[in-house]
Amino acid sequence: MTTELRRRLVVPAKHAGLVLIGFVMLYPVLWMVAGSLRPGDEIFRSPGLVPETLHTQNYTEGWNALTPSFGTYLVNSAVLVLGCIVGNLVSCSMAAYAFARLHFTGKRWWFGIMLGTIMLPIHVIIVPQYVLFSNIGWVNTFLPLIVPKILATDAFFVFLMVQFIRGLPRELDEAARIDGCGHPRIFLRIVLPLMTPALATTTIFTFIWTWNDFFSQLIYLTDPEMYTVPVALRSFVDSTVATSWGSQFAMSVVSLVPIFLAFLVGQRYLVKGIATTGGK
Amino acid sequence: MSALDELRQLRRGGAQVRSRDNRAAFWFLAPWFAGLVFITIGPVLASFGLGFTKYNLIQPPRFIGLDNFARILTDERLHNALGVTFTYVLVSVPLQLACALGVALLLDKGLRGLAFYRSAFYLPSLLGSSVAIAVLWTQVFGTEGLVNRVLGLFGVEGRGWISDPDTALSTLIVLNVWTFGSPMIIFLAGLRQIPVVYYEAAAIDGASRWARFRRITLPLLSPILFFNLVLQIIHAFQSFTQAFVVSGGTGGPSDSTMFYTLYLYQQGFSRFDMGYASALAWFLLLIIAAFTAINFWAARYWVFYDD
Repeated sequence: MTTELRRRLVVPAKHAGLVLIGFVMLYPVLWMVAGSLRPGDEIFRSPGLVPETLHTQNYTEGWNALTPSFGTYLVNSAVLVLGCIVGNLVSCSMAAYAFARLHFTGKRWWFGIMLGTIMLPIHVIIVPQYVLFSNIGWVNTFLPLIVPKILATDAFFVFLMVQFIRGLPRELDEAARIDGCGHPRIFLRIVLPLMTPALATTTIFTFIWTWNDFFSQLIYLTDPEMYTVPVALRSFVDSTVATSWGSQFAMSVVSLVPIFLAFLVGQRYLVKGIATTGGK
Repeated sequence: MSALDELRQLRRGGAQVRSRDNRAAFWFLAPWFAGLVFITIGPVLASFGLGFTKYNLIQPPRFIGLDNFARILTDERLHNALGVTFTYVLVSVPLQLACALGVALLLDKGLRGLAFYRSAFYLPSLLGSSVAIAVLWTQVFGTEGLVNRVLGLFGVEGRGWISDPDTALSTLIVLNVWTFGSPMIIFLAGLRQIPVVYYEAAAIDGASRWARFRRITLPLLSPILFFNLVLQIIHAFQSFTQAFVVSGGTGGPSDSTMFYTLYLYQQGFSRFDMGYASALAWFLLLIIAAFTAINFWAARYWVFYDD
């Protein structure tokens, strides 16, 4: 085959293949969005995407199905996500500065431990952690979910930031040091402003992972007033009868909208973060 | 450089670091140290201790020696859960990585619209772990669901994929394969690193497409493949949400979606048998560590490091 012919045939075939794969992959999600706008009996009659009429009742029904209403869960999730983001940004950047720029006793050893904790499954620590937090009365508050972030236990982000700081020119630190800056000032005035891309990546991943996280929220939040979106959605699905698929789809769509928006805003940072450190 | 490469370098030994800055390091690392003691290492050790006790949160823990660990050896539901989890990990991870590599190879070579495709294929990785997608899955694979409707168009009789113990686990495997986007992005980044001159030289020597893939792409990509393999195996062992939602928290039908983590959750947080749950947690840690160690051991036979 000549290269010309090859280019004419292979490239369009590739595109056709990729579009097909993408379409098949995303079809279920689109079908859910369409289903959320259909009356219950129509959802399963048609595998197509265009609803016959727009049936927004699913949304109002789903929104008010539990007490309190879905708005409370969205607010709870938002508060939790915000706390986790602030916690991760502050604590992980501090730890990363130490690992990337300071020389201290046993640094290699501590750094190895930090890397090791990236791989540690939460299931191994959840039982004693639960015992600890329930003894100090933190169950049914957001503290067991936020405090670990304030204590830099998301080692993945520490590592991501260490990688980033290592790429910053040391001459800047040294110039600041000659001008009389100590480490706190070098960190706040020089390193932190330069590492905004890493901070953005951390923000967006923390947002998505916390919004989706189910296991720890299921364990720590048992009072409906404190439910977050995933816990509420699960409780809604368990409590409703099979005929109300429309409203289950509607609330599922509502719960995915923030993720989708975060994805649209932060694609660049997500791709970079995954590519350099290997996220989930 | 990935976290795994860092660990490799650390093991080999690097330049000695002279200690100064100790005071500053202490303050910068203070939150992390506290987290290490109270949130990470402390609980790991505590769960080891609790593993030797009977403890229900209300009465104080009672020492029962090795009973919990003996129970691990005889608990048939646990053995079933191990079988389910191993099947899930050993089937879904290779399939997921094969899809990731295949699509990454299609996407490489400066294809127009690369950024768009990359995003589209990556999106399921972000959505995949949510409760909403698990809810969707119960419908897509339900008796009246999307899959059966589409099969019906071709005159194929479907079945209740999720209510049938023979197929319930496969739907979760499909779900994990569906999230191939994040390893795909790592593969794409790795493919970028392979110098074009290698391919040009091979083409001049008359190497076929397959030979170029087998002799250049695969060896140079093997560290990335290894990284993805280690990471995705660790990740798959911890799957919980999807099995929990799809089975309504039971691991059913007939324990066919009873993941190890789900069993652990039931023991610890439904039956409040915290001692046994702790023993189970440690056992899980050992299993994951063993798999990772085997991976590292096997790596010396197939992973090619250029340095």
